[in-house]
Amino acid sequence: MASFEETGPRTPVVEPTRVDKVHPRAKLGKSFRVILTLIVTFIMIIPVLVMIMTAFKSRADIVTPPPKVLFHPTLEGFLYLFTDRSLFSPSNLEAARANPGNLDYWQKLALSVGQKINGPSDYVGRLKNSVIIAGTSTILSVILGLFAAYAFSRFKIAGKDDLLFFILSTRMLPGVVVTIPLFLLYKQLGWNDTHIGMIILYTVFNLSFSVWLLKGFIDEIPIEYEEAALVDGYTRLQAFFKIVLPQAVNGIAATTVFCLIFAWNEYAFALMLTSQKARTAPPSIATMLGSGGLEWSAIAAGSLGFLIPVAIVTFVLRDYLLRGVTFGAVRK
Amino acid sequence: MSASESQFSGPNLKVRQRHLSNRAIVNLFIWPTLILLIAMNVFPLFYSLYLGFTNYSAIAGKAPVWVAFQNFSRILNDKNLWTYFATTGRYALMSVSLQVLVGFGLAMLVREKFKGGGILTTLILIPMMISPVVVGLFWKLMYNPTFGFFDPLIGFANPSKAPDWLASRFAGQPVPGLALLAVVIVDVWMWAPFVMLLVLSGLKAIPDYLYEAAAVDRASSWFQFWRITLPQVAPLLLIAVLFRTIEAFKSFDLVMGMTGGGPGVQTELISVDLYRIAFLGQFRTGYGSALAYIILIIIIAISNLYIKYLNQSKGEG
Repeated sequence: MASFEETGPRTPVVEPTRVDKVHPRAKLGKSFRVILTLIVTFIMIIPVLVMIMTAFKSRADIVTPPPKVLFHPTLEGFLYLFTDRSLFSPSNLEAARANPGNLDYWQKLALSVGQKINGPSDYVGRLKNSVIIAGTSTILSVILGLFAAYAFSRFKIAGKDDLLFFILSTRMLPGVVVTIPLFLLYKQLGWNDTHIGMIILYTVFNLSFSVWLLKGFIDEIPIEYEEAALVDGYTRLQAFFKIVLPQAVNGIAATTVFCLIFAWNEYAFALMLTSQKARTAPPSIATMLGSGGLEWSAIAAGSLGFLIPVAIVTFVLRDYLLRGVTFGAVRK
Repeated sequence: MSASESQFSGPNLKVRQRHLSNRAIVNLFIWPTLILLIAMNVFPLFYSLYLGFTNYSAIAGKAPVWVAFQNFSRILNDKNLWTYFATTGRYALMSVSLQVLVGFGLAMLVREKFKGGGILTTLILIPMMISPVVVGLFWKLMYNPTFGFFDPLIGFANPSKAPDWLASRFAGQPVPGLALLAVVIVDVWMWAPFVMLLVLSGLKAIPDYLYEAAAVDRASSWFQFWRITLPQVAPLLLIAVLFRTIEAFKSFDLVMGMTGGGPGVQTELISVDLYRIAFLGQFRTGYGSALAYIILIIIIAISNLYIKYLNQSKGEG
């Protein structure tokens, strides 16, 4: 016998109580929208799925028409990406195949496509450069941008609008223009192909964006909070650190993601201003040439590995991101 | 700088910092940014302005020779360059307007919360996280007429009767504009999520009572969209348009990775041509700098118009 105690109270109604939301037609509309969203999302990420597939395809599977959805997965792409190889001559190849000896997985894989591993490729080092340069410059541009944005948001500054437009206009320069003088400047300073040179460059190129984004955000924090804090005996700096900073956390997260995406993926400057020591990953992915043109599986594998860190950061910060991107255009 | 500020909890410093005037704080907060921007942007800007008046070539090993307005007059009389400008304009118009449409649609879709909505939103954002040059290269594979996925996916199973996008051909016949459209499609795929993000944050800020009031008045959803949603999101849309237009005029990586300007000059955007002038062949640095200035002036003019309009619409609200 089911008593009231056993079944417990009914679950509370959490549905919105607005008639236009609980009406059957509205519910039907909602499930229709969810399904549509699923379909659209799937369409949007098809190219990403193709990229994932390509990363695990063999060279033959990639270039045989029609494009295959089902295939035998292989790690060839990662082999091309992470190792430096040379071709066996036909006679050596047969000897090596006849007597493989003690080979690890990668060496066997290389042998199966007729190649010999000579050592790691320079991709690993370039990935490390990317982490150092993109990471440091992102942090720097967010911190500097935060201070500047606060000052622009809260204080009277002579020629404020012009200064802000100047800051934005630094983003309008076609990258190619700045590169020539910067190349000459960096040569004088000995900064060509150095981490510090690239970090400063990316910091500056994200600064304009960061100032604009964060200013919009700080504009939305009511000034009364700080005024109250000042009355209570806080200094300006304390008010900034203890009142404004915690409130601006959404904006900071959103800015971080955008700066990171830019610095992580930047190609043109890296191509023109670095060569070996400080070269980042994007130019090296783009030039991943195989024996017969572009090595698609290596490009796909490289892009995939390169995408994952940013995707993780974005996923972790996604709630802040959605709340944070307002540019001050939204009125409360 | 940040190190010295974070020490204010120390008792001695605290007294000193109390005397930091607002002026000092403004200077302390703004100047690092301004100095960096001036050093890294204004110097190059003036230097390339100077180079624009010379016949300098970065590889010739000769000192720049002053040629006055020769570069500028040659650019203004060069019909090809104006074709490239027109191509860039068409490209910017097509891709920005499609991005706004698609981005707005996406935002409306994921606007209301449902289970798994957050994950879907993050998935939609993936395209803009990929390096543009990689995106360009990768779509070259997608568009490949024999082993690419794009044609079969949009319903062209037979390669001989399908469009060869990057060669601007359809079933063997040349169709001008197809390659540009292909680049636009990729640009929209990549950046519509950015517009979605901006629109979404605008949508979330619309107070619920507006819709409630409209529902009470039995306003149609069509009316709600035109009279509540659109006007409230408009400022953010304009910002998205501003940033995307600036980027479209500078667009370089994507096109370079995909078509390199071809076939012929069909996708030769002005920044691609600028790169060609300044960094390939003869390295005509001086001429390139002059062209870069003209591009810059056009971008600034467009952005100024936008910002004026933006401030106006903000002021009315």
